[in-house]
Amino acid sequence: MASAYSKDLLLTMYRKMYLLRRFEERAGQQYTLGKIAGFCHLYIGQEAVAVGCNEAIRPDDYMLSAYRDHGQPLARGSDAGMIMAELFGRGTGYSKGKGGSMHIFDIEHHFYGGYGIVGGQIPLAAGMAFAARYRNEDRVTVCFFGDAAANQGAFHETFNMAQKWKLPVIYICENNRYGMGTAIARTSAVPEIHKRASAYGMRGEAVDGMDVLKMYEAVKDAAEYCRAGKGPVLMEANTYRFRGHSMADPANYRSKQEVEDERRNDPIPKLREFAMKQGFGLSDADFESIEEEEKRAVDAAVKFADESPEPSVDELWRDTIVEPGEEDVRPRERVLGVKVTNWPKYPSGQELKVTWDLEPRAEAEQADKKAGLSR
Amino acid sequence: MRDSSSEPTMPELMYREALNQALAEEMERDANVFLIGEEVGRYNGAFKVSQGLLDKFGSARIIDAPISELGFTGLSVGAAAVGLRPVVEMMTWNFAILAMDQIVNNAAKLRHMSGGQLRCPIVFRGPGGAGGRLSSQHSQSLEANYAHFPGLKVIAPATPADAKGMLKSAIRDENPVIMFEGERLYALKGEVPEGEHIVPLGKADVKREGTDVTLITWSRMYYFCMEAAEALAKEGISVEVLDLRTLRPLDEEAILASVRKTNRAVICEEGWALAGIGASVVDLIQSQAFDDLDAPVVRVTGLDVNMSYAANLENATQPDAPKIIAAVKKVLYREGA
Repeated sequence: MASAYSKDLLLTMYRKMYLLRRFEERAGQQYTLGKIAGFCHLYIGQEAVAVGCNEAIRPDDYMLSAYRDHGQPLARGSDAGMIMAELFGRGTGYSKGKGGSMHIFDIEHHFYGGYGIVGGQIPLAAGMAFAARYRNEDRVTVCFFGDAAANQGAFHETFNMAQKWKLPVIYICENNRYGMGTAIARTSAVPEIHKRASAYGMRGEAVDGMDVLKMYEAVKDAAEYCRAGKGPVLMEANTYRFRGHSMADPANYRSKQEVEDERRNDPIPKLREFAMKQGFGLSDADFESIEEEEKRAVDAAVKFADESPEPSVDELWRDTIVEPGEEDVRPRERVLGVKVTNWPKYPSGQELKVTWDLEPRAEAEQADKKAGLSR
Repeated sequence: MRDSSSEPTMPELMYREALNQALAEEMERDANVFLIGEEVGRYNGAFKVSQGLLDKFGSARIIDAPISELGFTGLSVGAAAVGLRPVVEMMTWNFAILAMDQIVNNAAKLRHMSGGQLRCPIVFRGPGGAGGRLSSQHSQSLEANYAHFPGLKVIAPATPADAKGMLKSAIRDENPVIMFEGERLYALKGEVPEGEHIVPLGKADVKREGTDVTLITWSRMYYFCMEAAEALAKEGISVEVLDLRTLRPLDEEAILASVRKTNRAVICEEGWALAGIGASVVDLIQSQAFDDLDAPVVRVTGLDVNMSYAANLENATQPDAPKIIAAVKKVLYREGA
């Protein structure tokens, strides 16, 4: 029987999940060596969510995330060395060492950032989706957030607008069951986050976030729904972080047994097993060679970060206010000399025609009439 | 004083009409500009600043937001991050406290956190300061809160002409701009140049020249300062009135130049004294122009209390011309001080 997936897609997903895992293992190690400081939230265990999602959308769709934000840009194709350099606080990092672990930004790959305030990025994503509709672009926005963010006011306020205005945005709640060190069930009246979509008449669904193919299918379908103008989607990816909330957290609040059980559900060997059965003639050696390549790539990333200089102290005075005539920064060009060709360019005021009607006059008048008003 | 006798007479507009004109002109010039806020569309604006704009620009560009300050502020910041130029109307700055996370943690920091990859061209505007007997939660001057944050520009025009020219500059600025309008200035009339009238951000304005003392102020307090200056002129005291207009960045040159000329300064602000804008102006003067001072700088501020509803208490809380006159006499070592 022919596989529903191409060999290329399966191997790409495997490669990326392995890269994310290996990168985070090495980041954790570098943290314990004192090379990385501050808060460092590792993505280990959740790789299927970012990778499945990224393969299901287009490269120029907007994406943003919270503070556990190394995985998504890696899945998008960002440079591992530049992310590691950012973690090391070096001038060669994506944000020249000004952002650190929680604030990875790579606009070239349409990754619009990691944000450190729980839930604070949720309205930003709606704004990017709004801009896409305003400019008549066929673009969706994907916004990752954690389960605990669902209890922030930003979640409610944004969903109300996103649904009312049918914004093309996919909200992916990465439910890893803990908001920092507190089990979500202890703090949430409705711990099944996707059910909350119904409060806004919005599409909500739960997905097995430990299965990259299920993530891939679900996001593909959601993106189609958004692009068709049907409105936003709330997707709850049920996943699990194998490590603590951050490197500072030994995660004593959960049992060894629980973690061991979840580790048996590891998405990476699961995909390997699946791919082997698809009749592509794949062998263990094929996967091992991918793993070797990615290991070497991460080693090179660590070496690049380690050998990179700290940012110049003059940098303190840059990038806070845009000075007149100041150019935008293309980090890969600045750091690696790689020519950036897909830097976003937005239409000027004269080029842009706004044709979208957010609230058609007839509809608005009807709503007023229903409410017994006349204006 | 300006001699306007040779110029053609300019139309007199209300402060709110000047703002409306700036919005309409900038929206016509650039389709990336849109206005969002509570009741800005079909209601024509709580203070009628957006009167008629919905009919002109449609519902995608004049957007009636739900009462969700944090939500629509954050949405606008996201839109600005990908190239649109939102103008966010706060029904009053008192409500914007709910949106402060989005303004401070996102708008002000996007560029920095991204190492210069992102820019955030957005204007947050709305009325600040005391209303007419609105009590504690609706009568606050919160400029100092925002002026505290790197990454933001903060402006507070006093006159209709400045309101128009500065809003146009703010919309064209590549940075987040916080604009405080005076809730009690909206109906005030003044001459406003038609068409392309631009007032640059970061530039203070000597609104009245004088030689004995500099009165430094902005927004509604400007009018009390002018009233005080006129009264003092009758007593032979020549007062210079410096309207700061932009509170971040401060026009340090203009402040120092005026103080070096008059050798005395009084700062008048509607907000509270502790950690107020005036405190920074005093610091600037004493560190840069100490040798030019003939007297310690005096501040006239709102009292260190919450605003009351009762008319007499409300009046007693705020600066007014008699308080400013007393402060001027104090720095001049005149009677009663």
